[in-house]
Amino acid sequence: MDLTVREYQEGWESEIKSKLESQFSGKVTVTKTETRRVYAQVDRSVSKAVCQYLHDELSFEHCATVIGVDLGEAEQKMQVVYHIDNYTLYKGVVVELTVDVPYDDLHIETVSDIWGGANWHERETWELFGIVFDNHPRLERLLTPDTYEFFPFRKSYKLRGSQ
Amino acid sequence: MMAYSSIIDWVTATWGTPLMERGFYPFDDYNLPYHISMALWNIIGGAIAWLINLLFPGNPVSEWLINPYTNEIFALVLFMVIIFAVAFIAVLISLWEERKVLGRAMDRRGTMIGMMGFLQCVADGLKTFMKDNVYSKKVDEMTYWWTASLVIGTSVLIDCMVPLSSRWFVVNYDAGLLIIMGLYALAPFFILVSGWAQNNKYSLIGGIRAAEMMISYEVPMLIIIASACLLAGSMNIGDIVNAQSEIWFMIPMFVGFVTFVMCATAEAERAPFDLAEAESELVEGWQTEYGGMKWGLIMLADYMRGSVSCGMIVLLFFGGWTIPFVSLDYFLGPDAVDNCLYWLPVPELIFLLKGWFAFFLMIIIRCGVGRVRTDTILNLGWKVFMPLSVLNLMIVLVLLVTGVY
Amino acid sequence: MTDEKKTQIPDAQAIAEGAEVTKEMVQEYKSNAIDMDKMWITMGPQHPFSHGLWTLKICADGEIVTDADPIVGYLHRGWEKEVENRTYPKIIPMADRLCYAASMTYTHLYCMTCEKALGIDIPEKTKYIRIVADEINRLQSHLMWMAAVGTDLGNYTAFLWCSREREYWMDMNVRLCGARSTTNYPRIGGVRNDVFDIDCDLPNEEDHSRFMRDLIRCCDHFDKALWDIIYLIDNNSTFVSRMVGNGIITREQCANLGITGPAARGTGVDYDARRDDPYDNYDKVDFDVPVIKTGDSYSRYMVRVEEMFQSTRIIRQAVQKIKALGRNAPYRLKVPANIPAGRTFCKLEDPRGESMMYLVSDGTDRPYRLKVRSPIFVNVSSSKALLEGCRIADVPVIMAMIDMCLGETDR
Repeated sequence: MDLTVREYQEGWESEIKSKLESQFSGKVTVTKTETRRVYAQVDRSVSKAVCQYLHDELSFEHCATVIGVDLGEAEQKMQVVYHIDNYTLYKGVVVELTVDVPYDDLHIETVSDIWGGANWHERETWELFGIVFDNHPRLERLLTPDTYEFFPFRKSYKLRGSQ
Repeated sequence: MMAYSSIIDWVTATWGTPLMERGFYPFDDYNLPYHISMALWNIIGGAIAWLINLLFPGNPVSEWLINPYTNEIFALVLFMVIIFAVAFIAVLISLWEERKVLGRAMDRRGTMIGMMGFLQCVADGLKTFMKDNVYSKKVDEMTYWWTASLVIGTSVLIDCMVPLSSRWFVVNYDAGLLIIMGLYALAPFFILVSGWAQNNKYSLIGGIRAAEMMISYEVPMLIIIASACLLAGSMNIGDIVNAQSEIWFMIPMFVGFVTFVMCATAEAERAPFDLAEAESELVEGWQTEYGGMKWGLIMLADYMRGSVSCGMIVLLFFGGWTIPFVSLDYFLGPDAVDNCLYWLPVPELIFLLKGWFAFFLMIIIRCGVGRVRTDTILNLGWKVFMPLSVLNLMIVLVLLVTGVY
Repeated sequence: MTDEKKTQIPDAQAIAEGAEVTKEMVQEYKSNAIDMDKMWITMGPQHPFSHGLWTLKICADGEIVTDADPIVGYLHRGWEKEVENRTYPKIIPMADRLCYAASMTYTHLYCMTCEKALGIDIPEKTKYIRIVADEINRLQSHLMWMAAVGTDLGNYTAFLWCSREREYWMDMNVRLCGARSTTNYPRIGGVRNDVFDIDCDLPNEEDHSRFMRDLIRCCDHFDKALWDIIYLIDNNSTFVSRMVGNGIITREQCANLGITGPAARGTGVDYDARRDDPYDNYDKVDFDVPVIKTGDSYSRYMVRVEEMFQSTRIIRQAVQKIKALGRNAPYRLKVPANIPAGRTFCKLEDPRGESMMYLVSDGTDRPYRLKVRSPIFVNVSSSKALLEGCRIADVPVIMAMIDMCLGETDR
């Protein structure tokens, strides 16, 4: 991991885009780039490998969030969105990775062994959505009380006001 | 059976004889609170005797009530009440002083209700004493109750035993200071056992911390007390105070004074040494499981020990109840009873005012410093204060050898 | 947590009958026996130091802490699910209640995210006003933190002096928008009201904003008053010795564990979203970012104190720029009720760290998914790494440097 600090330059986003697409050809599609932002769609099979690559080769040291999005009955899938920050080599750049997870197989590899900051985010996503993160050290309840029903943030769990 | 005609006669039945020649007088020297309690009992006992005599003329109870010997016994009971009441009020005033001074340091006014805030302290005490007696079932019953009682008991006992002047004392004996230190030193043991008895991890840790801190800070205190007694030539408190008539011991024993103030603050469990009740870490330390009246009494005991610390500072370093260049023979001399205003408690007030000033020093220390960790405190006690107290002892020895004292 | 399987070494009878005692059995027995000295202490939900409703379980071997397990969730209100049922403007007061200590930062973040999703650019004056509002909230929040540090270290004088200074900044909040704490001030497309006095007919342009005049006075007063408080704490070795040397982690650990904000800058991570990923005209304002490499509690404390000085500097510059833009510049745009479908996220430097909002919009007037990233949520999860090896007495000090605010942790 190269930890030299560099100030922002214009061509960083396209550099990252080309590196990602060449390393994981076909499985990673960079949908959009903006100033200091790279948005990518990643296949579930390589999600952990992409994260490992970002961490080791491109020095993305900080996993800001792991978000779950329930796309509902229409599309029959959920998504896991990662936001990875860079403090040194590409200072200020945030990469957003979106991974599709189908309803009938709600599993994805954990990245908490790469970034410790993802630990509680994955736990929370499991608790609220039901996406199982394989090999997570401790997938237990975090926010809801012990007697609460599971997976309240799914679209199938209706709030009383919206019924 | 004398036939007293009016109630005044009943009340003043024994006022004629001088105090120290009646019945059995329990003390060697003139004792002011005993005189006050004797006068009080004369009034109360005489009035009761007269009332009963009114209903049943010539009955033996009235005669017994104004008997000079029974007078002494009841006077002793009232004497205890007076001594405790004065000590209690002095502690309340120091509590009030703390709230006001601490408030001003923090840019606020402190308590304001009732006689500039004094009655607030009384009200707080009343509120605490009226609370429910709640305790966990899992505590070790006997030790829980006994250790709390003993801590409170010994603290109140020492506070009552600190003499406010040469005529306001409970017992006047040659080893006065040693007895006070001895009783003072019992507290850590009770606190340790009490912390264990409460069946609570916080209390246990708090109890161990308090005990280890108190034990380690008693050593420098004892050495300094020993050096003060060396300077004075005896362990009698009256002699120590009289030895300071030329110059207060604060000047020759300055190192000892500073060390003693810090050790006294530690013994009284005040900040910066208040780990035993380090609220932010351990809730209340060894007092966690004591609530309501028990807690109120323990707080009282805490402040009483603070009063005892201040009292010792005054006795050893500030000259006790004397003022420099002013002779208090009017009040304390052997012929004092002949003077008309001898009963004014001037030496006692001087002592109390100096005590409140010493307490003021402790409050100022509390305002500005945070709490230190256990290991830092123990380091300080053993590695800094003990060598300083030994240094103080050596200075005293030099003074003695060269004949200055 | 702790698994209580203990190895049974066979007794004398069994050994006489030929049972075997291996070295491994003895080792395991001894290590389990030592574990019995360890005590799990619950610094429970009702605790004077915890500054919020959470539990910290620490495993202490005597006085040394070996393990820590924070338990949060007492304040979980299901915020992210609730907002899916509300129109976009209605979420602004809800965002206030996320972090009730520095509430304007979350509403600011939310409005920024919505504006980015709409694709609009807010007026220049609004950006500077939002900078001023952010910095006032940062000062308030840091002063409350400093008051809490005073109580944790056992001194109530620092608590009251910091609260006194904080009152001046709360008054500024009231002058700006009418509320001390949950302010409801930013709007999608701008802010609620201008900082110039609305119905003022005084001839001099300078007099049109007594708020800004008082704001500068407040900055002047605070720059001096903060030194009093610093002298109280920094010149006192009882405080400093409590903070120095504990809670040390390396820079790599810190970045990996996801700690952000002043806690990270006190560990050597040189990143501040205001400088390195600027939003809302922070790149047009001149300020320094304090970074200290030591990594103990004292360096985290010093970073926050220095940030307070920098905040007043930022406020002064922003006020100059607002005055230059003048009274008649626009401060709020009208925005459509529906946000077009798409995904947006925005980052902001909260007083406690890096906070983020991720919005999935579907073309209606309600969000489809709105996720809040709270910095404290991650900072607390790293308490095991921070607390390992310190004494019990250091636990409140180290956790105070994290500056817990439970509203945003639990949402």
